[in-house]
Amino acid sequence: MSLTRRKFVGTTVTSAAALAVLPNLSLAEGAGEAISAYTGGAATSDTGITLIAPEIAENGNTVQIEVSAPGAEEIIIFADGNPNPNVATFKFGPAAGSQAATTRIRLAGEQDVVAIAKMSDGTFAKAVSNVKVTIGGCGG
Amino acid sequence: MAENVTARVRAPREASAGEVVSVRTLISHPMESGMRRNGDGEVIPRSIINRFVCTLNDEVVVDITLEPSISTNPYLQFEAKVTESGTFNFTWYDDDGSVYEESSDISVS
Repeated sequence: MSLTRRKFVGTTVTSAAALAVLPNLSLAEGAGEAISAYTGGAATSDTGITLIAPEIAENGNTVQIEVSAPGAEEIIIFADGNPNPNVATFKFGPAAGSQAATTRIRLAGEQDVVAIAKMSDGTFAKAVSNVKVTIGGCGG
Repeated sequence: MAENVTARVRAPREASAGEVVSVRTLISHPMESGMRRNGDGEVIPRSIINRFVCTLNDEVVVDITLEPSISTNPYLQFEAKVTESGTFNFTWYDDDGSVYEESSDISVS
């Protein structure tokens, strides 16, 4: 096959466009993949879990979040826009007084924080909270 | 290798039977994410606390898996149900294999 100038220009432009789009896609899909890996693709309900996060965080290095899901066995936290979307997994034992916890997390920039609770009956509940970050917290 | 790691725990000393008490823990640790680079452009190796467990009289209260997205000096707050006098045991597991332990007694009146 002979490569004409027109064909060459065409393929170069397409592959350059594909390359430019790919990194963004992989970042945005990061938490989505991790979430479906955790839930096994099961549907999540929007009730039964509360996630309290600030609307605006001045410093992305320490953002206090609080999560609560009565009747949950496990609560997992994801940060959609971090290089590694996993944040923490809380497993509650028989001596737990409530299925709630508070911690401080790092956020690389404005993004959604996602909390998923695995209930004792095997269903999942999800809560999402958008946090705006003034100074990112990943040393970038 | 994390240095000068100090764990601090705030749990009540007394409670009534069946009471739900709040427990707060803080451990001084850099939680190096493994994403940062030093002045020479080399990646600083990851060094974090990757697991925390709290038990009350050998019954698990919480078992938490921590990832690099947890802030420096990990702060954790949760609640425990106290039915009888006993001891809270707190254990932090470091990436380098170190284990940091702390305990706190509680008496039920």
